[in-house]
Amino acid sequence: MSRLLIRNGRILDPSQDLDAELDCLVEDGRVVRIEPKLVEDGAEILDAEGAWVAPGLIDLHCHLREPGQEYKEDLASGGMAAVAGGFTQLACMANTDPVNDDPSVTKYILDRAAKDSPTKIRPIAAATRGLEGQVMTEMMALREAGAIAFSDDGATIMDSSVMRRVFEYSTLAAAPVIVHAEDCHLRGGGVVNEGPVSTRLGLPGNPVAAEELMVARDIRLAKLTGAHLHIAHVSSAGSVELIRRAREEGVRVTAEVTPHHLTLTDEATMTFDTNTRVAPPLRSASDLRVLRNALAEGVIDVMATDHAPHAVYEKEVEFTAAPPGMLGLETALAVTLDLFRDGTLTPIEFVRRWSTNPAQLFRLEGGSLRPGSPADIVLINPDHEWTYDAGQGFSKSRNSPWTGQRMKGRAAATIVDGRLVYHHDRGVLIR
Amino acid sequence: MIGRDILGIEDLSRSEIELILETAERMQEIGTREVKKVPTLRGRTMINLFFEPSTRTQTSFEIAGKRLAADVVNFSVSGSSVSKRETLLDTAKTLDAMDPDVVIVRHRVAGVPYRLAEVLHAPVINAGDGAHEHPTQAMLDMLTVMEQKGRIEGLTVTIVGDIAHSRVARSNIYGFRKLGAEVRVAGPPTMLPADIESLGVKAYTNLREAIDGVDVVMALRIQMERLDGACFPSVREYSSTFGLDRAKLRFAKEDAIVMHPGPVNRGVELAHELADHRSSVILDQVRNGVALRMALLYLVSGRLKAEEAASAEGAGPKAAARRGGD
Amino acid sequence: MRIAHEIVERIEDPERLYLVAIPNGGVALGRILIENLESLTGIRTPLGILDTTLYRDDLSTRSSRPRLRRTEMPSSVDDRVVVLVEDVVNTGRTIRAAMDALMDFGRPSQVRVVALVDRGHRELPIKIDFVGKNIPTQPNEKVIFRAGTDASASAQTDETAAAEDPDPTVLELIVRESEGG
Repeated sequence: MSRLLIRNGRILDPSQDLDAELDCLVEDGRVVRIEPKLVEDGAEILDAEGAWVAPGLIDLHCHLREPGQEYKEDLASGGMAAVAGGFTQLACMANTDPVNDDPSVTKYILDRAAKDSPTKIRPIAAATRGLEGQVMTEMMALREAGAIAFSDDGATIMDSSVMRRVFEYSTLAAAPVIVHAEDCHLRGGGVVNEGPVSTRLGLPGNPVAAEELMVARDIRLAKLTGAHLHIAHVSSAGSVELIRRAREEGVRVTAEVTPHHLTLTDEATMTFDTNTRVAPPLRSASDLRVLRNALAEGVIDVMATDHAPHAVYEKEVEFTAAPPGMLGLETALAVTLDLFRDGTLTPIEFVRRWSTNPAQLFRLEGGSLRPGSPADIVLINPDHEWTYDAGQGFSKSRNSPWTGQRMKGRAAATIVDGRLVYHHDRGVLIR
Repeated sequence: MIGRDILGIEDLSRSEIELILETAERMQEIGTREVKKVPTLRGRTMINLFFEPSTRTQTSFEIAGKRLAADVVNFSVSGSSVSKRETLLDTAKTLDAMDPDVVIVRHRVAGVPYRLAEVLHAPVINAGDGAHEHPTQAMLDMLTVMEQKGRIEGLTVTIVGDIAHSRVARSNIYGFRKLGAEVRVAGPPTMLPADIESLGVKAYTNLREAIDGVDVVMALRIQMERLDGACFPSVREYSSTFGLDRAKLRFAKEDAIVMHPGPVNRGVELAHELADHRSSVILDQVRNGVALRMALLYLVSGRLKAEEAASAEGAGPKAAARRGGD
Repeated sequence: MRIAHEIVERIEDPERLYLVAIPNGGVALGRILIENLESLTGIRTPLGILDTTLYRDDLSTRSSRPRLRRTEMPSSVDDRVVVLVEDVVNTGRTIRAAMDALMDFGRPSQVRVVALVDRGHRELPIKIDFVGKNIPTQPNEKVIFRAGTDASASAQTDETAAAEDPDPTVLELIVRESEGG
């Protein structure tokens, strides 16, 4: 029987509305007791030194590139980056090579993850074969193989009749459909937010309308079919409005927002740094304000990184040729703690959006420290100051706009199934 | 200004632009001599790095460099760095190892000269990056207007054409405004970029209103591909709505001048008769291009000395030098 | 003016004279000489202005490129007796640069030099053919020549501050210790 006692921490468990200085006892991979001043002999002691003690972060949106693009990242390196960032569970997208549109690929990912990844990995399978937006995948078989949701992320299903059938069928599989909402014709060759910044930069613009059009369409279709629509990386104020109204009408729509859309505007692209090229693009200051408020209000339910590694030689090219995307796992805490620092979110609400809500939305284990829950726990030190060097991180890639910057806030330790897998003094602990 | 990158008019102060224009005026005289050469940049290496072909601009820079006795080397790079699997960083480092004194860069995509400038020790002059900036074109345009009108302050300038895709438009907007002119832009709605008025210009979709009482009309070159359905239904409709001819020009001031960065699509942006009309200063623009580029080469050529590069904080060897301009 | 007389005496053919002033200091002197020469010979000698900045030998050691001055050469120098006009000659390098520039304009039959002041610290084998005054100075001193200004005028510059349109009858000479090295 292995036991771990976490003491001197501030317990933050949104599932129990608990915010208190308590000790936490873990036994055989499960939380067993949360009480003041626990004394347990024989347990390994982990001194939290005042850190927040919360259910581990759950990322509903990341790209781990295995199978097929292991030069950018794989389940091992992505898993290590995850635990270093405080994540105990990841949902990885299907745009691998081959695409995860077949149970064999889903099983492959789960097998490899079990061997190589210190964090739990839940595959998201494709909604259409090959991500081509034409023919539905075998959602039942994929579900059975372990897929937790369906998404063509990276691409948008442009044919509305196909999108409708995907939504309808998804209700049979009882799984959410995650959409990357972007009308590819309206977007055209757009690489930055269409507005004063794109005009100054002379780069093709991607108007908010491209996203809002698809958000509106998908909400209608979700309403029509009763499906659970989850909107990935919401970036515009207009989209937030559409989601708010849809909620009022009772549509089953949930939404996520990324750390970069919560903290960076299109002004960040003025240096032509390709690490600021993302899809959807960074938007205006007023969009950013609306997103932050929406997250606080609950119109947006969760934060998700959209961790998208790319090789150096793929990014060090002219702006329009660089693939969109930036890293996110290792900087997510430091960047989003900004919302705690400016009072937008209290600590428990912060944790709710990174852990409890993701678990509830996608019906995953985790997100709670209720006795009996799996011991997926993160110790967060919101005041720890450090300098982020993407070249020295656990991810194989380096495409982050924050590299070289001073950050505040970090995971002090990460525990998966009761086992300490990351400690900031000792690094990632391989089993 | 030695070692200073000239990446865009947006980064130049009014006094810097005035110094460059004044220097260009002095350089004009050299073009009138029998021996059109001075020894000033003898022994200096100037590299033309053109990712996008351009005979006119490249030749203009080449002549400018040779008139200053520099050694001019032309690198024409075809294909994007993606197709050749060579990153921009590698290209820059390779060039830097050849110790040039100045590098001229042109690319189809905005931002490339900025990225190269961060790595190169030599100053970089932007010869056009995508739809972003074309600072030497704007400055030769300003020089031409100075020549014709004696001043820029208080004049009104209208730029007509595909503003959205035009680096010439953007650089001229920044430049003429910095020197005190009022700038208007005109074009079909499909060719006006988002929030163009945030650059301090008034936007018009009616040509007559746009050129009413102005001193300078600048017609931009239209890319013919954009005229067959994409941004505009046809050539015929463009030239009748936005093409300049003698009749339409009457709405401008009587002594208004007509400009064009070249080459002119006769019958599209400018009526056949206007291109050679006495009000057209297009050939002066070309002549001034060489003088303007000579002025820039004179003022900026030369690698930053090691001590200056080392003391500059921030990434790259020229971070401090680049923080010039008000 | 004594210098004007000397020029007339020693140049055989005043019709082939061509004065070329080096800006800024030589211009005022050049204009005064033209007037004087005309009253002596009845001939209006052409006056060119030749900026030597682009021919300087110290451009690569300086931290910034000096401002260019206007060059105006109203006629050809071929077969002419060119007299370079400077206010102060010191090291001789400016005259050397002026000769290089002149050669790019054509082929004079002779080149002579006239200066108001010779400070004498030659670094190159340049001689002055017609000189106003020899003033022994320390290398760290500066000589300023001002034309058409009041001695009490307050505007001071380190370089020869000849106004663009000086009163051709007034000349003033100042020797001052220069600031810095």
